[in-house]
Amino acid sequence: MRPNSISLVALAGAFLMAIIAVLTFTRPPVDVIATGNPGTGMQLLYNPAKVTAALAGNQAPPVLPQIDAGPAASTVYKNVQVLGNISTGAFTRLMVSMAAWVAPQQGCNYCHVAGNFASDAKYTKVIARRMLQMTIAVNTNYKNHVGNVGVTCYTCHRGQNIPSQVWFTGITPGSGGGLAESNMGKNLPGPYIVTDGSSLPSDPFTPFLLNNDQIRVTGATALPTGDRQSIKQTDWTYALMMHYSTALGVGCEFCHNSRAFNDWTQSTPQRVTAYYAEGMLRDLNRNYMVPLTGTFPAAQLGPRGDVAKINCATCHQGVYKPLFGAAMASQFPALGGAPP
Amino acid sequence: MPEYQNIFTRVQVRGPLHAGVPVAKGPWMREGKPFFLHIAGEIGNAQVGPLYLGTLGVASLVFGFIAIEIIGLNMWASVNWSPILFIRDLPWLALEPPAPSYGLHIPPLNQGGWWLMAGFFLTTSMVLWFFRVYRRARQLGLGTHTAWAWAAAIWLYFVLGFLRPLLMGSWGEAPPFGIFPHLDWTVAFSLRYGNLYYDPFHMLSIVFLYGSVLLFAMHAGTIMAVSRFGGDKEVEQSVDRGTASERAALFWRWTMGFNATMESIHRWAWWFAVLTPLTGGIGILLTGTVTDDWFLWAVKHGVAPHYMPIAPIVDPAGAQGVNP
Repeated sequence: MRPNSISLVALAGAFLMAIIAVLTFTRPPVDVIATGNPGTGMQLLYNPAKVTAALAGNQAPPVLPQIDAGPAASTVYKNVQVLGNISTGAFTRLMVSMAAWVAPQQGCNYCHVAGNFASDAKYTKVIARRMLQMTIAVNTNYKNHVGNVGVTCYTCHRGQNIPSQVWFTGITPGSGGGLAESNMGKNLPGPYIVTDGSSLPSDPFTPFLLNNDQIRVTGATALPTGDRQSIKQTDWTYALMMHYSTALGVGCEFCHNSRAFNDWTQSTPQRVTAYYAEGMLRDLNRNYMVPLTGTFPAAQLGPRGDVAKINCATCHQGVYKPLFGAAMASQFPALGGAPP
Repeated sequence: MPEYQNIFTRVQVRGPLHAGVPVAKGPWMREGKPFFLHIAGEIGNAQVGPLYLGTLGVASLVFGFIAIEIIGLNMWASVNWSPILFIRDLPWLALEPPAPSYGLHIPPLNQGGWWLMAGFFLTTSMVLWFFRVYRRARQLGLGTHTAWAWAAAIWLYFVLGFLRPLLMGSWGEAPPFGIFPHLDWTVAFSLRYGNLYYDPFHMLSIVFLYGSVLLFAMHAGTIMAVSRFGGDKEVEQSVDRGTASERAALFWRWTMGFNATMESIHRWAWWFAVLTPLTGGIGILLTGTVTDDWFLWAVKHGVAPHYMPIAPIVDPAGAQGVNP
């Protein structure tokens, strides 16, 4: 007879549960911000420690004072295909800023041939030109998503040659031979920023942010009326939504009322903003990134030879508005940024 | 029996080792020499064995083993046969049903064919186990309540993996075999069909599930509390009410004005447990077959209340005339 052995088992169990709780749970406090009607559970949950860390890691850098002097850039410099009509002062200021945003280590020579700045010999310059066009397109064509905050090179690059959050196309689900079940593009621990480490599809971007597959899966009528969206398709939409959530550092209720995810009348205005991002990202990936595939060196392409592409995390980087809504673009009218 | 007054067992239930009543004539005998195990005595009877497998038991284990092999080997193959990754990632791994494009056709093995086979072997194994439990109960002269409770669980499994996919015309509607993946499937199911919480049979299933837990705690607490008066002799007290029964009944009448009896509480427990998968299975079977969106169904029938919109939002796809 060991009268205390059960108590010891209970003690060991309690210790184990405490360890799991300490290692995996978020330490209180949690700040609650109600965004909807009482009792509807429309609440944003923030952990002060995480907010502090996010604030520290998402600050806009100081910008050079605005200059708008001198003749048009194209009259002074050669081979200016974009921004030729802005003043040399504004042009030079933007070029210096770009070096600081994208290539602070290498400086001007990351894109330019020393002594011949007009040369297009370096692939980085060709890409930078296209990226300038893309930035201007985002700031002018997609105000419905970027609003007056806008984007600059820094929004994504953050002082790095290649933005830290980009994506490549994953394996085609169901492809590959062999006797065993073929790779279904899911059922493995997914990247945190995509699916929060879940077993959901790890590349929901190719179908929705490159191709235009249908994101909406929920039934539109109480009784069946021919909607053939499947539960398997829902997995992909679910994965895409988990990416939105992790990329913006918010829960579902930032946009949705979880009792009826699909119902627009119960959603928040942020859902409309997110909706416009889908069309924007398709445009950017198809018309700006994919055509550059051959321009990039092979080492910078993905495992299947595709170009690095853009998703929510590329700009947002874990924050509901990139750089917490710092309106950097407004200080660069040449990039199409809205005036403050 | 002061030992019973602790919430943990303080006694070793240990009698002389015995093999039990004689088995009816057949090709199978009871397997293994019975022995005592202290740790088993902490939570139940200290005697382990002998075990009667019989034809049905062996067949059930063989079919179950094949199913687990199909599932496990496919999972292992999905991590390129790495033993470390297999163990580390096991909760994420899965064997998927065929893509919806296959409908009810039989797909190639690597496109969901293995899933169909695993489902067949696992279902057969569970049905064989039902007959085994049924036959063992009959052999001992018992009622077959346990077998039917097991059948209720098989019903839910059968609806999820076979009956509903059949009605929907697609194996792809069924859940995958896998720990996290089947949970993701559950969420995806609810997302696709407009929030399962508005499914009245899902509501009933939750009532019976949580109700089972509540009844379990109420009953177990009551019996342990009256064990000092002989309340642990529940079967005798069912027909020959003693002071333990009287006090337990009085306790609940004082607490909530009504009491079950020593006999009826076990019917409560059995029905609550059995109705959990029975109602749950009905709720699943109706989803997608006779309803497409449970939230809208609930709105239509006045179940879901309306709230004021947070903001005047309209679907931007409709506003622009753009296909989403």
